[in-house]
Amino acid sequence: MTATIEARQAVTAATQPVRFHQVGKAFGQGRRAVVALDQVDLEVAVGEFVCLVGASGCGKTTLLNLVAGLDQPTAGGIEINSSRPAVVFQEAALMPWLTAAGNIELPLRMAGVPKSVRRTKAAELLELVRLGGLGDKRPHELSGGMRQRVALARALASTTDHTGSGAGKPSLLLMDEPFSALDAITRDVLQGELLRIWQATGTAILFVTHDVREAVRLGQRVVLLSSRPGRVVRQWDVNGLTGPAEIAAVDEVNAALRQVISSHAA
Amino acid sequence: MPLDTVGSVEAGLDALDTPVVEAKVSLPRRIVGRVLPPIVAIALFVVVWQILWAAAFWPEFKLPAPVDVGAQIWELVTTGEILSLFWVSVHRAVIGFAISLLIAVPLGLAIANITVVRRGIGPLVSGLQSLPSVAWVPAAILWFGLNDRAIYWVVLLGAVPSIANGLVSGLDQVPPILPRVGKALGAGRWGGIRYILLPAALPGFLGGLKQGWAFSWRSLMAAELIATSPDLGEGLGQYLHNGMSLSDISMVFAGIMLIFAVGVGIELLVFRPLENTVLRARGLTRAS
Ligand SMILES: Nc1ncnc2c1ncn2[C@@H]1O[C@H](COP(=O)(O)OP(=O)(O)OP(=O)(O)O)[C@@H](O)[C@H]1O
Ligand SMILES: [Mg+2]
Repeated sequence: MTATIEARQAVTAATQPVRFHQVGKAFGQGRRAVVALDQVDLEVAVGEFVCLVGASGCGKTTLLNLVAGLDQPTAGGIEINSSRPAVVFQEAALMPWLTAAGNIELPLRMAGVPKSVRRTKAAELLELVRLGGLGDKRPHELSGGMRQRVALARALASTTDHTGSGAGKPSLLLMDEPFSALDAITRDVLQGELLRIWQATGTAILFVTHDVREAVRLGQRVVLLSSRPGRVVRQWDVNGLTGPAEIAAVDEVNAALRQVISSHAA
Repeated sequence: MPLDTVGSVEAGLDALDTPVVEAKVSLPRRIVGRVLPPIVAIALFVVVWQILWAAAFWPEFKLPAPVDVGAQIWELVTTGEILSLFWVSVHRAVIGFAISLLIAVPLGLAIANITVVRRGIGPLVSGLQSLPSVAWVPAAILWFGLNDRAIYWVVLLGAVPSIANGLVSGLDQVPPILPRVGKALGAGRWGGIRYILLPAALPGFLGGLKQGWAFSWRSLMAAELIATSPDLGEGLGQYLHNGMSLSDISMVFAGIMLIFAVGVGIELLVFRPLENTVLRARGLTRAS
């Protein structure tokens, strides 16, 4: 069943990991400014899996960067009510001088977590992404899919706040086209892994992709962003769809995406 | 897809993806492969030299016999004088290099990270790198007199710019994604420098260190050659200078060879292994 969501049930704001309030983001000044995002309203509920789709260059990465705190909005505000968001980038971007385990320990090290705790935590996370026993490998010794799994484990390590300020708050995972550079079979396997990890950890996920099929397979909700400026066009509830219903949903989102793109042709 | 199938597909992918570890070549063979080519090259060089000497193209006082030069060096070895020559020069070079490091690292960090500093003194530092540091010898002697301070001044001006420039270019070449990742992982300003930027810049920095060593050795020899005085103690540069004063060409040749040997030896024993270890750990090994 695909239903456009007109009014989402009001969840108490305090429990939502992210809330956008009319967020805008422009690059540059004056007339030459590029408006990447405009009046975006979006929220992610605790433990929810939201997929963000849109044409190339519509501002998906910009939106994630705002949530991650790597960039500041130029209008509106973002309310973050989670421990530090974990970010997985399109490329794994592992530190080449560290082993897989060392990479996972890095955020813990920077947070001043003692060595023995780091060790156990890294081993746990390696098990979670099914790379147990490969902790001593260097990034260049791993395949693309394995690297991306290490990056995921590292991101998860960064969200586990040990300093106490984020303790008890819901966690949030941001992913920017994490599987788009991988071959089809590896991508398929990793999508399954991500769903398993999502269920195991209960974290909320904001997942950016330009692959509508991936969005519908993974997400509970799919959000379509328009291009230049990026605005939320439509949202679909795609939770638990299988078989023909899933295919129908993919077609519907795809049609809407095409419409958004062709509206720029004029 | 049932879950266990997913698991086995994944395990299969991982098995296929894991790189095969190359069989190691046995140690004696590796040593032979490494050591033999340079030895052959040196032997060839000596043979050509011997032939040229035997043909007597040049008078004896211009081109000495290889045997005479060998005898010079052998005499230094048997009298133990070679140790004091090495000690005087190498300890100066090492101290000079260490001081250069202490100055160049903060300087490089400042140039790389602070725009005003980069614009202001960045070009100056690159320019100094191409100014031969021998040019500072006269000024240094006038300022400090004929003593160690004059020599260290020249060494510093040779080594500091190359080390600082190496660090700057190492930092400039860090892929911008890495500091972003660091920030996303919760790195503050200092955490980002300490845990991300510095390790990421290490290969470029090592290149700068290697070059800095070459420059400090070169500058030291130039300084020792020009600034000779009994108070300074006899290093390799002075030894070479004495050879010139005595018009003893075999001594001059011996001096050149010893200077060459120290420069190359330190590079091979210290910097090459360091660089190889760092590059290998990052999967950046060149064909060696
Ligand atoms: N630092 C920047 N300076 C200027 N313009 C920028 C900057 N970053 C992004 N933009 C512009 O903002 C718009 C959105 O970029 P963004 O990278 O967020 O798109 P995207 O949806 O992630 O695209 P893709 O699918 O290709 O990853 C683009 O038009 C881009 O040119
Ligand atoms: Mg993007």
